[in-house]
Amino acid sequence: MDAGQAPQVSALLAERVSKRYGGVIALDRISLEVYRGECVALIGESGSGKTTLLRCFNRLTDPDEGRVLVDGADLAAADPFELRRRTGYVPQDGGLLPHWRVRRNVALVPWLRGERESDGAAERALRLVGLEPERFGSRWPRQLSGGQRQRVAVARALAARPGVVLLDEPFGALDAITRADLQVTFLALRRELALTAVLVTHDLAEAFLLADRVGVLRSGRLEQIAAPADLRAQPATPYVRDLLERARVAG
Amino acid sequence: MSAAALLLLSALQASEPRPVVVASKPFGESYLLAEMFAQLLEARGIEVDRRPGLGATEIAFRAIRTGSADVYPEYTGTGLLAILGEQPVPDPRKVFDRVSREFRRRWNARWLPPLGFENTYAVAVRRETAERYGLATLSDLARAGRSLRAGLTPDFIGRPDGLPGLTRAYGVRFAEVRALLPAVKYQALAAAEVDVIDGYSTDGLIARYDLVVLRDDKRFFPPYEAAALVSGDLVERRPAAIAALTELSSRLDEATMRRLNRRLEVDREPVGRIARDALVGLGLTAAPTGAAAGSVPAERREEGSFVGYLWERRTELFGLARRHLLLVALSLAAAIAAAVPLGLALERLPRGAEVAVRAAGVLQTLPGIALLAFMIPLLGIGVLPAVVALFLYSLYPILRNTYTGVRDAAPDAVAAGRALGMTPRQILGHIRLPLAAPVIMAGIRTAAVINVGTATLAAFIGAGGLGDPIAAGLALSDTWMILSGAIPAALLALGVDGVLGAVERVVRPEG
Repeated sequence: MDAGQAPQVSALLAERVSKRYGGVIALDRISLEVYRGECVALIGESGSGKTTLLRCFNRLTDPDEGRVLVDGADLAAADPFELRRRTGYVPQDGGLLPHWRVRRNVALVPWLRGERESDGAAERALRLVGLEPERFGSRWPRQLSGGQRQRVAVARALAARPGVVLLDEPFGALDAITRADLQVTFLALRRELALTAVLVTHDLAEAFLLADRVGVLRSGRLEQIAAPADLRAQPATPYVRDLLERARVAG
Repeated sequence: MSAAALLLLSALQASEPRPVVVASKPFGESYLLAEMFAQLLEARGIEVDRRPGLGATEIAFRAIRTGSADVYPEYTGTGLLAILGEQPVPDPRKVFDRVSREFRRRWNARWLPPLGFENTYAVAVRRETAERYGLATLSDLARAGRSLRAGLTPDFIGRPDGLPGLTRAYGVRFAEVRALLPAVKYQALAAAEVDVIDGYSTDGLIARYDLVVLRDDKRFFPPYEAAALVSGDLVERRPAAIAALTELSSRLDEATMRRLNRRLEVDREPVGRIARDALVGLGLTAAPTGAAAGSVPAERREEGSFVGYLWERRTELFGLARRHLLLVALSLAAAIAAAVPLGLALERLPRGAEVAVRAAGVLQTLPGIALLAFMIPLLGIGVLPAVVALFLYSLYPILRNTYTGVRDAAPDAVAAGRALGMTPRQILGHIRLPLAAPVIMAGIRTAAVINVGTATLAAFIGAGGLGDPIAAGLALSDTWMILSGAIPAALLALGVDGVLGAVERVVRPEG
């Protein structure tokens, strides 16, 4: 979007995507493009459709109408399991397998992909998120703090070097200090690995801190999508202005 | 159930040539007559399979109808009223003619000529009660009944020729009617817990407790002539067996029978010895030179402790425990093989799941004895119907725990596994199943403990096991005999639970 940068390559594209659950409209002809190397944050209230949109990019949800493309390929024809194994995913609750040690948890996707060196990949990913494999690799998930568990979940998402990482409120359940630590780690990782990421969050400050662009969703539609500075300067709708006002009061 | 288990069962069921299956109902006189039938057949060179105490009228007669048993002692009045459902007739000859004709026509079952005595209902009171109220007849009882408490068998309370008919014929009313099992009614009367009981006119215990039997002055109770009830199959294919059994016809009178019953119920002589003495006394068999008769439910109690009693029977009890364990192991293995995969499949079919789990739950609510009785027309008697019934009983706890355990296992981890590209099969095998394993094992343990207990009822359909001494002990009012089955069964339940508990610790996932 910004003039003067290298030409932008589309990594993810949603075109006029709709999704209904019974009588409830979750997504209403929404379109979104995410460029390679970019991090887009999706923000909105519960039920605004932000998680549903995120789940369209790894086929946890299939749209009723419209199409979704990853690297130019229509997902309707993609094998969902193969797609998910090349798409990183971090849920809010970590979702670690409680009966698997940390190393095996992190090695999950390389193992699913049939990679021989899955333990090596797991150890590299643990180092990326700041956990020494020698100290943490043999622990059980219940022996970790909440922040450590989310670090393991991020490592697990990165272990197979995915093209795209989807994060669903990844730091939402953590205390403020731990959350700030993880946000710093995530920022560093983004730069180091040139990650393409979609981040769902309900925290505007987090969105502004981590994302190149912030999309505001309301009732399954995109109210506005812009870089943090532009959003702050020129809210496109009264809803976005209200959101900014409330964030300013709160923050 | 797997094919291998069925094969094994059919191998256990029977081998050719088939011995004559002699059954009895679970009370002393029936045991004794059946043992006399058995010894007489053996004396004539015919091989016998004894199924003492097979079950009450319903179960024993079904076994004859379906060919699972060949002969058992029955009473003409029971045939007329309880089985044919007809009105009582006072003339014994007419009753016999009627049941002979109808049983042959409807079920091809035959009544051999009666044994010579009647064992009809008797209403008995303690001697002091009889003296205080001046009771000699049932008409006297109608006068005094309102001050007396009756302890009656459930059978008697329900039958048209029992309490309802008695009330109609004599106008008898009691202050209170309590349902008592046959095994405890004499003790209850002797201990003055009740004042009036129903019994049988040939009961040996009537003499032991010095009871007064009230005379049926209006000839209300229908004739209950004892006779051998045999299957049509035996009549058609084993004429020698029929000839042997007919030798007993008209040879036993009421006095003889009461004397024999007294030896069994009061003196606690072994049923085999009483039967042998009786047959020798009738000149039907030669006096034995040494060897004792075969399987005998009651042994004379020597002086000594209960532990000594158990120790004397250790070989027999060990064999019964092994049979018991076989019933439990086969039925439990089949239930695991069926319910665990079904529970896993139901996780994918949430709509069918509740229906299937509830259906298994309904099976669980059927009384054990009813389920076993239901098996007889389908599968006969013996090991197979018992294993099938126990299998059905074991399904519910295993199915329910498998289904809910797998459904509720770590939803966060399941969602994450799916989002990262695990297939449903991988999620089941690597997440749901390992995490549900302790819950599934808990269901299996519940099923196993229920199964060990319920398997004691298998004795009533001739499957053997530790229920044998329990059933025989109940019939003979022999507490030690009951305990000699009940205590090992309880220990077996604890042992099985302990072993499965160790398995549960092994399958419990770490972390």
